Amino acid sequence: MRTIEFREALREALTEEMRRDEKVFLMGEEVAEYNGAYKVSKGMLAEFGAKRVIDTPIAELGFAGIGVGAAMNGLRPVIEFMTFNFSLVAIDQVINSAAKMMSMSGGQFSCPIVFRGPTASAGMLSSQHSQAFENWYANCPGLKVVVPSNPADAKGLLKSAIRDDDPVIFMESEQMYGDKGEVPEGEYLIPIGVADIRKEGTDVTVVSFGKIFKVATAAVKELEKEGVNAELIDLRSVRPIDYDTIINSVKKTNRLVIVEEAWPLASISADIAFHVQKKAFDHLDAPVTRVNSADVPLPYAPTLIEPALPNVARIVKAIKEVMYASA
Amino acid sequence: MEKTATKAKSGKAEKTDFPKETYLWWYEQMLLMRRFEEKAGQLYIQQKIRGFCHLYIGQEAIAAGGESAIRKTDRIITAYRDHAHPIVRGMHPKYVMAELFAKATGCSKGKGGSMHMFSKEFNFFGGHGIVGGQVPLGAGIAFADKYNNNDNVTLCLMGDGAVRQGALHEAFNMAMLWKLPVIYIIENNNYAMGTSVERTSNVHDLYKLGSAYEMPSFQVDGMRCETVHEAVAEAAVRARKGGGPTLLEIKTYRYRGHSMSDPGTYRSKEEVEEYKKLDPIEQVLATLKKNKWIDDKGVENMEAKIKALVEESVKFAEESPFPTPDELYKDVYAQKDYPYITE
Ligand SMILES: Cc1ncc(C[n+]2csc(CCOP(=O)(O)OP(=O)(O)O)c2C)c(N)n1
Ligand SMILES: [Mg+2]
Repeated sequence: MRTIEFREALREALTEEMRRDEKVFLMGEEVAEYNGAYKVSKGMLAEFGAKRVIDTPIAELGFAGIGVGAAMNGLRPVIEFMTFNFSLVAIDQVINSAAKMMSMSGGQFSCPIVFRGPTASAGMLSSQHSQAFENWYANCPGLKVVVPSNPADAKGLLKSAIRDDDPVIFMESEQMYGDKGEVPEGEYLIPIGVADIRKEGTDVTVVSFGKIFKVATAAVKELEKEGVNAELIDLRSVRPIDYDTIINSVKKTNRLVIVEEAWPLASISADIAFHVQKKAFDHLDAPVTRVNSADVPLPYAPTLIEPALPNVARIVKAIKEVMYASA
Repeated sequence: MEKTATKAKSGKAEKTDFPKETYLWWYEQMLLMRRFEEKAGQLYIQQKIRGFCHLYIGQEAIAAGGESAIRKTDRIITAYRDHAHPIVRGMHPKYVMAELFAKATGCSKGKGGSMHMFSKEFNFFGGHGIVGGQVPLGAGIAFADKYNNNDNVTLCLMGDGAVRQGALHEAFNMAMLWKLPVIYIIENNNYAMGTSVERTSNVHDLYKLGSAYEMPSFQVDGMRCETVHEAVAEAAVRARKGGGPTLLEIKTYRYRGHSMSDPGTYRSKEEVEEYKKLDPIEQVLATLKKNKWIDDKGVENMEAKIKALVEESVKFAEESPFPTPDELYKDVYAQKDYPYITE
């Protein structure tokens, strides 16, 4: 199979959907003439023109709301946030408008819109530019939240997100755009809300999603050398969450570690732990454990980033902990 | 609102109202900013400095002319293009360099980096990374000074891109309504990343944005310290007298890319070269020379002094330690024993 970059996979999804449906358009900062801050939309202005690939001022609140209004009136906007850190100046329109439109109109107005861009840390960018907001958006009913971890999923999931009749938050990473992976030729869709068992195993279940899934994978590989056979699950979306896949896995392995980049309080890991203890209490041989970012804003210094982010060593330690294996 | 949105009188190029000392100070400060940042740019390429790094090169007259027009007790707040401001406020540049190096001795203890210089001591309320985020903060800092009945003023700087943020309009309205002693400065370098002002709005003369709130608003030549100083000084007088905010659109130019990773393909080399002819440091130096306030030896001495200062700063940064891991759980809350979640 051919191998392409994450950003190319996203571009293919956007391009294919825009060719297929003229109601789809792309709007955001630097998406057109600059070819995207991270070159996701490279060449798209040339193909689709300024009517459908639209540069905005730095006015997230305004263009997020314009997207929602356009979606209420029959279009299918894809709104790019340069990063989700900046979505916070627009979050009112996402939460109070997009997520509520169906409900408060009694089902009259749907809101088929995608808000996409990178989330979470991306090197030494300090606290305002390093935040993982997957759980913030996942908390809000009315939204769907997709967080792919590889190019193939990114393409299939973004196409589904664009075709979805509900608002979808689609979260990428600056640190994934250059990742290469096998991506099938031709059209395919991946349904939103279905987790992917990336590696079957018997000893422990490791659940993760998004960029940090790579780190979880590396930890699982590391432990394989020591004979630990982990089952590795990529959630792919965090609203809805595919609880069944997790619970069925835990019933088999009896142990669970969740790896997530967001802060620990009110996180996806906390939610999964609740559901697992509720549905698989008798199957657990060890307390559920998790690896999240430290409960602090991420500072600039490398010596502080190192202990703050989930890394292979911390994940290995957590897995050994649930297996009661010595470190 | 023709009344408030008039252009500032064009600066008098011939005879100057400013004394020799002011020119020498501007020259020294701007040369320091320039050499400091040229060094920072090199160190970024060597990966001594990481993250996003936005250089101020070309815009120095705004920091220098703004500072000379206000008092040390006044306040300054800006965006992420913030290396120059703590220095012009009087902080030793080594603390800025150490911050760029992510060292514990940096002015934000290595926690902020390039975008987040801070100094309470020098009334520098920081570099802020979310475009426009500092605009309401500037009004709030001024609100506190008014509340406390002192006559401090706040300089709140922003880029031309930042004026398109909604929060600016809310803040402008309240700042005007409550006559807050804040001086808003748009550092109009004509680009927000790759987007020119013309591509972001129907309104290209940014000073006109104040008109909606009847805020006294002026357009100012930002390549000259004199014009910046005069405009800021006049605004400061108004603010201290209870006259409220002023909006200054200061026209400037950044010679470098938006950040170190910007190839700058959206503008021509010729355009950049045109602006370099207006270089603020060269302009101040020309006046100094014309008045025989400095000779070649004096220039040489100044360059040598600043080179030494920059080298001292790099040495200090190099030799300083990184923050130790226990710093991770410090400085997040004022409460010392806050119960963090650690599992
Ligand atoms: C709310 C928000 N949106 C987007 C960004 C990304 N961003 C950082 S700087 C910048 C351009 C700002 O340009 P301008 O205000 O003109 O300031 P300059 O860089 O020219 O000093 C953008 C879009 C951000 N930091 N915050
Ligand atoms: Mg600008």
